[in-house]
Amino acid sequence: MSKYAVQKSIQEINEKIKKGKAVVVTADEMVEIVREKGEKEAAKKVDVVTTGTFSPMCSSGAFINFGHSVPGIKASKVWLNGVPAYAGLAAVDIYIGCTEPREGDPLNKVYPGEFLYGGGHVIQDLVSGKPVLLEAEAYGTHCYPRKRLEKRVTLKDLPFAQLCNPRNAYQNYNCAVNVTTKTIYTYMGTLKPKMGNANYCTSGQLSPLFNDPYYKTIGMGTRIFLGGGIGYIVSHGTQHNPDVPRTEKGIPKRPSGTLMVLGDLKGMNSRYLVGVSILGYGCSLAVGIGVPIPILNEEIAMYTGVSDEDIVTQVVDYGLDYPMGKGKPLAEVTYKELRSGSIRVNGKEVPTSPLSSYARAKEIASKLKKWIEEGQFLLTEAQAPLPTVEG
Amino acid sequence: MYTRILVLRFPPEITDKPLVCSLAREFDLCFNILKAEILPGQEGLMVLELSGHKKHVSEGLKYLKAQGVKVKSVAQEIRRNDDICIHCGACTGICPTNALKIDPETQEVRFDPKMCKGCELCVVVCPVRAMEIRFAKEKALT
Repeated sequence: MSKYAVQKSIQEINEKIKKGKAVVVTADEMVEIVREKGEKEAAKKVDVVTTGTFSPMCSSGAFINFGHSVPGIKASKVWLNGVPAYAGLAAVDIYIGCTEPREGDPLNKVYPGEFLYGGGHVIQDLVSGKPVLLEAEAYGTHCYPRKRLEKRVTLKDLPFAQLCNPRNAYQNYNCAVNVTTKTIYTYMGTLKPKMGNANYCTSGQLSPLFNDPYYKTIGMGTRIFLGGGIGYIVSHGTQHNPDVPRTEKGIPKRPSGTLMVLGDLKGMNSRYLVGVSILGYGCSLAVGIGVPIPILNEEIAMYTGVSDEDIVTQVVDYGLDYPMGKGKPLAEVTYKELRSGSIRVNGKEVPTSPLSSYARAKEIASKLKKWIEEGQFLLTEAQAPLPTVEG
Repeated sequence: MYTRILVLRFPPEITDKPLVCSLAREFDLCFNILKAEILPGQEGLMVLELSGHKKHVSEGLKYLKAQGVKVKSVAQEIRRNDDICIHCGACTGICPTNALKIDPETQEVRFDPKMCKGCELCVVVCPVRAMEIRFAKEKALT
């Protein structure tokens, strides 16, 4: 006797998708369905829940092979539109990271720096079809005698370009405030003194890992929406840490799980890969990710029914505590409170603002829903689980 | 009470004249200078909040124009590039007048130029630089 009243396999769901009969809903729509019908009925009715997130995600970048020219080059230093790429891979293989600023950028010398162009902007330019100036330097070998190369490349010309992000889709993140008396400029945005504002940055109930908190369906090999195209989860991400305090429903209250994702840049869309400049901090890339969650049983239905009021995060001071590695949160708040426009911290009313676009996260979840409904996107079985904890 | 937020441009030949104080003395208007600077070409740029009876405001503006001051409303000078805005909301926490705020229905960021006071804080806080302020651009060109 199984412990579940409803049981479905991914193969069965895929058969329904192929016949155009799968019931697909977005994660925010699922909240109401579970609330009204209960977990079992929801699990019977719904086959797939689509999630979405669109936010600056550092630890993103792309592996690029730029092809051999005649004579050949073993590039040791490479720049794309003046942004250094890592060339210590092979003769014409590079990795361009999203937080790499353009060479010669004033950085924070004139404070706060604007970081107007970096690796994330290069990726956006490539995906939008713009030509990018590639410069390479080499020391020269018998097999690859060329010492300098300069050419304009477009994404179409490149033999290989894969977006490969070692850490994306953070499962929960801090809400940042500043208790000092001066404005500070952080990766969590500009924070006014004396807790003048509070910034938060996940898409809450739409966010992929909040809808599968113990990674019971999401794993290595899961096919996803990545940057407007198709991608895959290839591993847990860097800093993945499932072992944090959780709510009764299993939702982590602190930053916890992360995903490493991969996908062909050539199928992506610059609406969902946008270079960003974070004042006084640096540049990055806003990445759009949508993960489909197969509703295999009522337990998964219960998880995907999570709403903003069930999700809790900690308010952390980025003025003194965070830089000094002190983890003590000032308060715990729900995403419902954060999304209401203000929270109360130590008796003070603090206005909140998101850094993650809920509107575009919803757009991504809806787009993925449409792909699945139209039979263009089939689900994959995870080939190996992500590290997790007992639920 | 009628209030307008205006961008005033003073040609170099009149930047040394005390014109704004006349708005209070002769036209019974209340003014609040939100920003004032002299540009490299000696032109003056001022962002001014002006309040009073509607008739007096329009008379005061007529006076300024007669003195050679170019007058525009702030709303005409500030716009959002909707093609590149990603509706993240980073600007909403920093905007002091709620001209930028999240629409609870659509979760998109709404920009109301009429409420904008031209402080320009949003310009550099926007991660994709979607806010465009024309008087800042003109400054760069002079």
